[in-house]
Amino acid sequence: MQKFNVEHNFEIESIIRLYAKWIREGKLPVNSDWNKDLKVKFTVQDPCQLVRKSLGDPVAEDLRFVVKTAVGEENFIDMQPNRSNNFCCGGGGGYLQSGYTEARHHYGSVKLNQILSTGAQYCIAPCHNCHSQIHDLSEHFEAGYYTVHLWTILCLAMGCLGENERAYLGPDLAEVGL
Amino acid sequence: MEENEVLELRDQKHEFRDKIKELLPDSNLELCLTCGTCASGCPATGLEGMDPRKFVRMLALGLYDEATSSPWVWMCSMCQRCIHACPMKVDIPQMVGLARQTWPREERPKGILGSCDMALRSDACSAMGASEEDFQFVVEDVVEEVRETQPGWENLQAPVNKEGAEYFLNQNSREPVTEPDEMVPLWKILHIVGADWTYGTKGWGAENYCMFLQDWEAWEHITRVKAKAVEDLGCKYWLNTE
Repeated sequence: MQKFNVEHNFEIESIIRLYAKWIREGKLPVNSDWNKDLKVKFTVQDPCQLVRKSLGDPVAEDLRFVVKTAVGEENFIDMQPNRSNNFCCGGGGGYLQSGYTEARHHYGSVKLNQILSTGAQYCIAPCHNCHSQIHDLSEHFEAGYYTVHLWTILCLAMGCLGENERAYLGPDLAEVGL
Repeated sequence: MEENEVLELRDQKHEFRDKIKELLPDSNLELCLTCGTCASGCPATGLEGMDPRKFVRMLALGLYDEATSSPWVWMCSMCQRCIHACPMKVDIPQMVGLARQTWPREERPKGILGSCDMALRSDACSAMGASEEDFQFVVEDVVEEVRETQPGWENLQAPVNKEGAEYFLNQNSREPVTEPDEMVPLWKILHIVGADWTYGTKGWGAENYCMFLQDWEAWEHITRVKAKAVEDLGCKYWLNTE
């Protein structure tokens, strides 16, 4: 809207900031008890568009707060580098539709190695482009990790994730809470 | 280029150089120190034998056509890590964007072009071509199923076109078209916190392939349709989801 001088009477907000706010206010009863004994490990993607390109490190902190609350601080492993310095996964910029699949996979191997280095079983990808790319990277390179949206983990943690809302969970979590 | 070939510097007057000056008056190509911080942190380095530093240097040395016609400009995702790291803040992503524009529209990657054109077809702005009616139907269908089949969720709401709602929620086309049940967890979260939200049938598609295509007219049009949709419903926030 800035680029084209579009006048507007509304503000832009990110659901990530709201998740953090609602948890802090006690409105969203998320906790990590469900993962206390399972100890499944999670890492998180910093979507370029969300962090580096718009809201910056503050939203990356909100994101980590939410994730740690949901999975347990000890079960969260940050990839390196991270926050504004994180690498693009290669899902954005139209890449997924560009037809340059080989290049996209090569590009994405940087992200793949970051994720594998964490040893996490799950990568939370709070961006559609990231989710598609990171999921595709795991399939293409047979990496074995699972890619989930943050909403999935939040509902899982709260015990309200429906049977048909588990498409991206691995077998280790598929039955949790059912 | 062969090892002993002399690099012929072209005439510095070129349409592309003017475009860069116009869009980026402060981003003087000569500011580049050739430090390589950009290239060393770029996942696209090496693709098509190109990297951000080389791209800038080719432009600085007048090799405009060679630089802009490289498919590398579609293999860069415009993630901004290069400018973030650059000590001189050379705006490489914007230059890549300008380079994308030098490609005749119909020669740009088919998938991106197709998605942009799909989105332009209706005020829904969906790159997968899902209409306003399609979207509303899917949302209402899914929420009804949840109410009927999930105990405790008999009152789940997924409002569409609710005037005056606080949040206008955007929605990527992927879920309603290919995996509608994935929309439900977020609805549940919004329900639990008592958020006052709505979808709009106009401007609901969250993606913007016209932006990736660098078709500025189309990009602006999509942006305006979406902004108007939020304003017409009188929502306070345009809420970006994951």
